[in-house]
Amino acid sequence: MSAFLAMDGYAAFVWPAYGLTLLGVGGLVVWTIKARRDASARLARLQALDAPAQDALAQDGGA
Amino acid sequence: MWSYLANPERFDRLARAMIPWTWGVAALLFAIGLPWALVISPPDYQQSETVRIMYVHVPAAWLAMFAYSGLAISSFVYFVWRHNLADLAARALAPAGAVFAFLCLATGALWGRPMWGAWWVWDARLTSMLVLFLLYLGYMALRAAIEDEKLAARAGAILAMAGVLNLPIIKFSVDWWNTLHQPASVFRFDGPTIHASKLWPLSIMALAFTVLLTALVLTQMRAMILARKADALERRRERQLELEAGL
Repeated sequence: MSAFLAMDGYAAFVWPAYGLTLLGVGGLVVWTIKARRDASARLARLQALDAPAQDALAQDGGA
Repeated sequence: MWSYLANPERFDRLARAMIPWTWGVAALLFAIGLPWALVISPPDYQQSETVRIMYVHVPAAWLAMFAYSGLAISSFVYFVWRHNLADLAARALAPAGAVFAFLCLATGALWGRPMWGAWWVWDARLTSMLVLFLLYLGYMALRAAIEDEKLAARAGAILAMAGVLNLPIIKFSVDWWNTLHQPASVFRFDGPTIHASKLWPLSIMALAFTVLLTALVLTQMRAMILARKADALERRRERQLELEAGL
């Protein structure tokens, strides 16, 4: 295990390369999923706000 | 196919069906590729363990260039046919491409220091890759700076199309100039020159990055479509409120 972590003396280069990749790719994943969730939540909120207004309009139309 | 997909509703249905699969397949490919790259594949007889950096460096480089091709093609489709979805694809590709270009440069520096003795050299391959990274940043900055969305999309499309010239320069920089960077060893006319024990993990990692990019772009595009729907609702609501206030 320690031999694996030591990377034949190149640990200071191999692990930061993988660490940065994890950070960069992980950041993209989190940011993208958050954007998707935020957009869904915002749309749902607006639709909920809109629903009573739509009902009222429909009733007006019917009257 | 393009005109079929240009319909946002149809695209939305297809994207919804595909998104969970793309995330799942990307995760699976990383679960196979990472242990293969870090543990199973043998060290190189010259580079020792630093060869493992290649398994993230090379896919990042490919994907940065692949994403830019996608950005340029989407920009062209938007510029000529004004398909909004093409513009959404361009917008979704840019940040991912920028991250991949950055990772290519950073992991390359981490390999260059022990193997070349330098973090950075102003060599044709490295410099043209830096230009690609700056093109991505310029594209995003330009779009963010223009408030009118349609104008921002058009200006961005022109920049993205002009920047496509850089792609052949990156690819052939190692043949056209004397560079420190090694020439192509996978995409060659006479076939790959790297050993199967390294070509396999490299291919799986490259595939993992590609499927992940697909997942990122589709999810981001769906987020943008939902955001546009919300924007439209908000505008309609504001108009209604103004009308009611007027009455």
